[in-house]
Amino acid sequence: MKKVALNGAGLLVALFAAFPVYWMVATSLKPNREIFSATPRPVPAHPTLEHYREILTGNLIPGVTFGDFLLNSVLVAVSTVVLSGLVALLAATAVARFRFRLRTTFLIMLLVVQMIPLEALVIPLFLMIQRLGLYNTLPSLILTYLGFSLPFAVWMLRGFVAAVPKELEEAAAIDGASRAQTFRKVLFPLVAPGLVATSIFSFITAWNELIFALTFVNDQSRYTLPVAMTFFFGRDDTAWGSVMAASTLFTLPVIVFFLLVQRRMVSGLVAGAVKG
Amino acid sequence: MSTLTEHTPTAAARDTPTRRRPRVDRLPYLLLLPCLVVIGVLLLWPLGQVVAMSFFRLNSVRQLRGDREWPFVGLANYTQILGDPFFRTVLRNTVLFAAANVLLTMVLGTLVGLLLHRLGRKMATFVASCVMLAWATPALTGTIVWKWIFDDTSGLVTWAFNALPDGLSQALFGRTDWSGYGWFNSPLLFFAILTLVVVWHSFPFIAVSVLAGLKSVPSELHEAARVDGAGPWTVFWKITFPLLRPVFGILVVLSTIWDFKVFTQQFVLAGGTQDRPTFMLSIYSYAEAFSPPPKYGVGSAIAVILTLILLVVTGLYVRMVLRQEDAS
Repeated sequence: MKKVALNGAGLLVALFAAFPVYWMVATSLKPNREIFSATPRPVPAHPTLEHYREILTGNLIPGVTFGDFLLNSVLVAVSTVVLSGLVALLAATAVARFRFRLRTTFLIMLLVVQMIPLEALVIPLFLMIQRLGLYNTLPSLILTYLGFSLPFAVWMLRGFVAAVPKELEEAAAIDGASRAQTFRKVLFPLVAPGLVATSIFSFITAWNELIFALTFVNDQSRYTLPVAMTFFFGRDDTAWGSVMAASTLFTLPVIVFFLLVQRRMVSGLVAGAVKG
Repeated sequence: MSTLTEHTPTAAARDTPTRRRPRVDRLPYLLLLPCLVVIGVLLLWPLGQVVAMSFFRLNSVRQLRGDREWPFVGLANYTQILGDPFFRTVLRNTVLFAAANVLLTMVLGTLVGLLLHRLGRKMATFVASCVMLAWATPALTGTIVWKWIFDDTSGLVTWAFNALPDGLSQALFGRTDWSGYGWFNSPLLFFAILTLVVVWHSFPFIAVSVLAGLKSVPSELHEAARVDGAGPWTVFWKITFPLLRPVFGILVVLSTIWDFKVFTQQFVLAGGTQDRPTFMLSIYSYAEAFSPPPKYGVGSAIAVILTLILLVVTGLYVRMVLRQEDAS
């Protein structure tokens, strides 16, 4: 009896959590007739890909296609990931492998910096972007997201570097490897899974961001997907099928990546703890 | 930073009798350098800059570019904001919204965490996967879907209210036809829906963290208490809560910080920055600065006020984390 109640509660929670995602996908697959009918159907009766065809082939904003926005978003996110991963790896190695005077200060700073309300930085970063002549360019966003994703990336990567047994590097050093070689041939391959996980977080940060992308880029052909979607969305309130199709395409990679990191993080950390 | 420490060989350093290694290892500082530059230039410098900008009257982009001078106005931006009755509305909205959302997120998240702990293996995996889905969904698309659910013609909620028996609907709400009902028009209803969206997005993190905390507590304690006849309420408050107090502390502080600066969800739900009665601090700051006519100085001052409020909360958070690192 008690078990039934617990399972019932579990199902309710699952429904509440997953329903909006399900509804997004379901709506995107329904023909307009079903979307706008007086009695909504829980499952598409005549599933169709017409909305996907519509947004992928048509112009979201005159002259610019969904593919252009997708490309902008991918460009920004991937550049952010590469830069942030590189810089974070160096810093994480410093913090996890060396004892130096300002180490604790640096760690506290990392923690504090993550608490800066990024919303409060729109205005000063807008000023900086204007001064640097980067207004209306994608690099303005790459720079911004690099700053946003870095503190967390270092914080997370620090754990992965620390989990690699130091003896391996010492052995390599005894065998005559230089510091650079040790880093490249011993530490890097072992930290790579952690780097992937960290990169995914940076990717999600850059991919999802709306406010700065809305403010720093004015030229429609340079919009990232989130900005394009808010405009697309505001333009015609009734095109719910297309809006949901676009939302699904935008959301899917994030969910896949997110679930990947979740597993990777748990297994990576646990495995490291047992073997270490 | 490393150059500073190395190029200042003070008398004290030269005279130290102990012969330690004479050279400081520069490598860690070199490795840190790019990171420090990025954080300094892209986070700390702007943070200082926003404070500086709040003391100037900045009403055009040309001033930002440096083509025109910046008139210094001292605290005028602050006195203007603080004297404006509208600011009190915004502050009240922000504080009440944050309080309600932190409370609801914590209660729901904790309940779900406890539930996941009690469920069977398969069921727990299923529910946890669904909960992850809500967590993973970007704020933008999550909000768009909720907006569709509350659409005034074909949305599910409109349909559900239309499906109510007419007599009941009339008695409860004074209307039977809900088609075209503006769910977002009254500020209170808007905030209720915004709360729903934000809680939906943020309870998974709390649930998963609480679950992780619960798994670290030896189950014998709970069993012993239950054998002694304690009900679930007593077990939670006498055993679970005290053991997980540090976790709860951090979760409350993090939620407070996040809920104080909700932006994307509000921006999308309200369809921009026109809905002034529902303004909260972050969107107010943005609207003052970027809605024409631009007022970057005033916007900065509001951003500084928001930051100061969060600074206090952050102070609490850092103290908690440090205390935990010491304990472990």
